[in-house]
Amino acid sequence: MKARSGSAGAGPGLMLGTLTVLVVALAIATLYGAYFYAAREKEMGDVQRIFYFHAPAGLACFLAFFVTFVCGIGYLATRKPGWDVMGHASAEIGLLFCLIVLVTGPFWARPVWGVWWTWEARLTTTLILFLIYSGYLLVRRYTDDPEQRARFAAVIGIVGFLDVPLVYWSVRFFRGHHPLVLKVSGGGGLEQSMRHVFLAGIATYFALYACLMVLRVRLGHAEVELRWLRERAIRGAHATRTPAGTHGGTS
Amino acid sequence: MTAPADAPGREALARATGGTASRPWILREARAVLRICLKDLRIEWRSLDNLPAMFFFALLVMVIFSFGFDFAAFSFQELGPGMLWVAFCFAGVLAFGHSFALERQADGLAGMMLAPIDPGSLYLGKFLANLVTMLIVEALILPLCAVLFSARIDAVFWPLGLAILVHTIGFAAVGTLFGAMTARTRRGDVLLPIMMMAISIPLLISAVRTTAAVFSDQPALKQAAGAWLTMASIFDVIFMTAAYITFEYVIEE
Repeated sequence: MKARSGSAGAGPGLMLGTLTVLVVALAIATLYGAYFYAAREKEMGDVQRIFYFHAPAGLACFLAFFVTFVCGIGYLATRKPGWDVMGHASAEIGLLFCLIVLVTGPFWARPVWGVWWTWEARLTTTLILFLIYSGYLLVRRYTDDPEQRARFAAVIGIVGFLDVPLVYWSVRFFRGHHPLVLKVSGGGGLEQSMRHVFLAGIATYFALYACLMVLRVRLGHAEVELRWLRERAIRGAHATRTPAGTHGGTS
Repeated sequence: MTAPADAPGREALARATGGTASRPWILREARAVLRICLKDLRIEWRSLDNLPAMFFFALLVMVIFSFGFDFAAFSFQELGPGMLWVAFCFAGVLAFGHSFALERQADGLAGMMLAPIDPGSLYLGKFLANLVTMLIVEALILPLCAVLFSARIDAVFWPLGLAILVHTIGFAAVGTLFGAMTARTRRGDVLLPIMMMAISIPLLISAVRTTAAVFSDQPALKQAAGAWLTMASIFDVIFMTAAYITFEYVIEE
């Protein structure tokens, strides 16, 4: 069981403070860059500027689900609750970024494509990712035994991530005639000022991811600790009557 | 009803694994897989607990589709493949949920886990039983579909059979894994379709496209069918392997 040493702990607090400052600074830089520094897109106009928030959120979302995938393998291999706490945190944050992508996308698509939504490969893949990882959180919520919950979550984290390339390929092949509209990948086709802001956007979202991860993992460990303390208290109260005690904790 | 039916199952399992330590590992496991599959099929055969429900549910889906979409305005090859696979998919969900609910009643899973076999073999046995159950329902639904929607299935029997087999394997592979998982959660009846459908979306797309290609005479569709079948086979292999490996962690107490 993870026991917190001493007081509030200066180490994580300092890290969190540094990360927060970094996120705020990067966010201001990206906002400034997106609205004032980056060149105005010739055809799409100002609405294109949402790209600096939309695409980096998508990348951070993939990173988050990849971390959940790795944590799933880590948990099944070692059975250390820390992996589960991290995987859970990353899935939750990934889902948040996924939602940002899904909400900002239509605002851009409406004026540019003329529709709020189109069943194009990247969009559809993002939507399906959202469904899979919503399922991940639902299964967690409805599984009472914490140890079992961790195992189920790990399996979904692994299987769900394996599904991503297949989803992408199949939707793309299905909509074979749809033109690929945006030069998203890499930023190779971007004008220089645009590329700078795009990279700043990526840095912002990755820093935000790290910041939220530190917070959420800390919360997760606190939850585990609280559950452990509660179980110990219950066991202590009933020690004379039921020496075996109860194991399965409440969620 | 299932409690007495479970006893021969366990007996069969004991026969499958007892006194066969001298056999090569692969033969022993293959025997266990077959025994578990036959046990499930025998229970289903004797109780008929699930097959009729699956059949009528699939039939009902087709009836609902016939009112939901205008089959007079569109040809069967346009709407039929999608309708068929939605019906098969929904019927499959019933099979996967039932497959593990069955074991809970008499704690059959715990009994099987005590057997000296690989947990993966347990998965394969359950998977095989679910696959056969789904194929039976599909074999019953298809002729009905031919009658109800004037679909010419006799002319395309073998390609259609191949398309159905490859995709049903994938659905059964994913469904068996999530059936085992959601049987141990609250609201498992809701979680199973959510997880299964979300994960098997690529498979559903492929199933519909391949089946459409079978019924259609457009060369473009036919050409794509090969690529779809390859993708579906890759899906089958990936998810059967992943489920075979992770099943152990799902059924662990």
